[in-house]
Amino acid sequence: MVSASASAAVSDGDGVAASVRRVAMRFGATTVFENVTFDVRRGEVFVILGGSGCGKSTLLKLMIGLHAPAEGTITILGQEIGALHGEARRRLQRRFGVMFQSGALFGSMSVLENVALPLASFTALPPAAIERIARIKLGLVGLADAAHRMPAQLSGGMIKRAAIARAIALDPPLVFLDEPSAGLDPITSAGLDALIVSLARDLGITFVVVTHELASILAIADRVIMLDREARGVIAEGDPRRLKAESTHPLVHAFFNRTEPGGA
Amino acid sequence: MAASPTADAALTRRDGAIVLSGRLDARSLATLWEEAVAAVTPGATLTIDLSGCGYCDLSGTALLLAMEERAGTPARLVGADPRTVRLVERAREAGAVRPPPAPGPAPSLPVALGEAVVRRLRDLGMRIAFLGQTAAATALTAMRPRSLRLADTLHQAEEVGSRALPLVCMIGFLFGLILAFQSSIPLRQFGADIFVANLVAISVFRELGPLLSAVILAARSGSAFAAEIGTMKVNEEIDALTTMGLDPFRFLVLPRLLAAVVMMPVLIVAMNLAAIAGMSSVMLSLGFPWAAISSQVVTWTGPSDVFGGLAKGLVFGAAVAGIGCARGMATGVGPRAVGEAATAAVVGGIVAIIVLDGIFAVLFYLMGW
Repeated sequence: MVSASASAAVSDGDGVAASVRRVAMRFGATTVFENVTFDVRRGEVFVILGGSGCGKSTLLKLMIGLHAPAEGTITILGQEIGALHGEARRRLQRRFGVMFQSGALFGSMSVLENVALPLASFTALPPAAIERIARIKLGLVGLADAAHRMPAQLSGGMIKRAAIARAIALDPPLVFLDEPSAGLDPITSAGLDALIVSLARDLGITFVVVTHELASILAIADRVIMLDREARGVIAEGDPRRLKAESTHPLVHAFFNRTEPGGA
Repeated sequence: MAASPTADAALTRRDGAIVLSGRLDARSLATLWEEAVAAVTPGATLTIDLSGCGYCDLSGTALLLAMEERAGTPARLVGADPRTVRLVERAREAGAVRPPPAPGPAPSLPVALGEAVVRRLRDLGMRIAFLGQTAAATALTAMRPRSLRLADTLHQAEEVGSRALPLVCMIGFLFGLILAFQSSIPLRQFGADIFVANLVAISVFRELGPLLSAVILAARSGSAFAAEIGTMKVNEEIDALTTMGLDPFRFLVLPRLLAAVVMMPVLIVAMNLAAIAGMSSVMLSLGFPWAAISSQVVTWTGPSDVFGGLAKGLVFGAAVAGIGCARGMATGVGPRAVGEAATAAVVGGIVAIIVLDGIFAVLFYLMGW
């Protein structure tokens, strides 16, 4: 096993985009996970992975401030999100982008309007500038020709790409993606992976990605943490390629080598 | 020039170049955008000096592209850091795909009219098909009664009938009370307040009981049928039924239709009794004895009034449930589809009730009822 312990605290705020410290989450008497600690470094693609029901999406929802953890603290872009309320929290939330698993595009707006919405809401740019910026974002995700389509007219892959375009509308330094390649065919999924990598490299965006798609993880992740339902927490952390090659933890080995736990 | 990543965006000119300095992002460009684009001379060589730019993201590059577009030639970037140059290249690639033209203007009046007629005809065809499929499902179920989903039908009957009873009774009581109060004022001028009992009983048994019960059915159950079946349609549950070899009409429509038709007379009787109770409370408060009130009601109303109203109710129930289910089955795609189906079910149901009531009025007149 490469690393089963929590990463050391990084005090340099400039080098850390997000920091999770001793976080626990419980639903009633059920503990989803506890004592989860890790840092997301600026500019990296960080993947939270694990089997179904391990709490990946719950952890993401804690990080974006939709739920409060039962214990611990979460710092996003240098600010503790749990300590902020009202407008202060919304100001922080505007500094990162989120792509939800379903895309969550607004069905009553065209794709272009979806992407332009954050720009129109939070900047004083003239309409022509907003449209130009939104079109560049759509061009980046390969949807320039779908600008006037409604979300109901898009395929699953197009919805996810449009949702990414909306998430990067305000050029945030940090973007959270929940299951970006779930339910997509391998070609579309590979295209989405390439898009994430290129956005990280070219725009310097830090990505926190929740996924359990092994091919995507190996294609995009600089570092990963692996959650486990039985262990109720992090069972591995590090470079996914090293974890795949070197980890001796039966679950980690099974996950990265697609075998039964304890099997060959 | 020292490049500050936090300084506000600013525009100056130097040696024929446009100098953009400070932070070029979506928030800081708001005041600068139009000025920067207007500073470009169309057709002239464009040189943009970015040596004082401390930060430039995709929104900043969008401004550079807008300036390029006005100039008509690619800009010469001076002093840009390699990351900004890379970003501009990426933005150029992203913007190079010419977007399709925006949707054209609204169609002309004849075209719009034609499209509306086609839509109406399609809608009519869909309703006829729905009627046919429902009739076929009913006939098949009548031949094999055990194929009826009895538990689901009883559940629907509970939803449509039992759960609606408190509302029906309350509205019936208040309606009887209001009608009695309102009519007692003019009738008293002629010393005819005893006829308030006749007026309320006849109008409620023949007209208002079935009508109000059907409106309540449309609002409560017609919309619920459309929303339930519509959500199932959106979730592909109808497709799942079809591919499992189950007829959605027998599985979903028939139990709801049957429940509504069976429970409508129950609701109408409850509405009638509640209205009579409401009217009686007013008559008693006006000093009329119970014997006089009941005598007026029994003497002046006959079985044709009560059963005519119940017969109308059966048809109203079938119409409301049928329209609710039809709207649910015709639910489109998108987040508003289910809401639109529910609204269409209520509006369609109420319009159908009024139209059918008019037809019944003429029929009953011709039959001398």
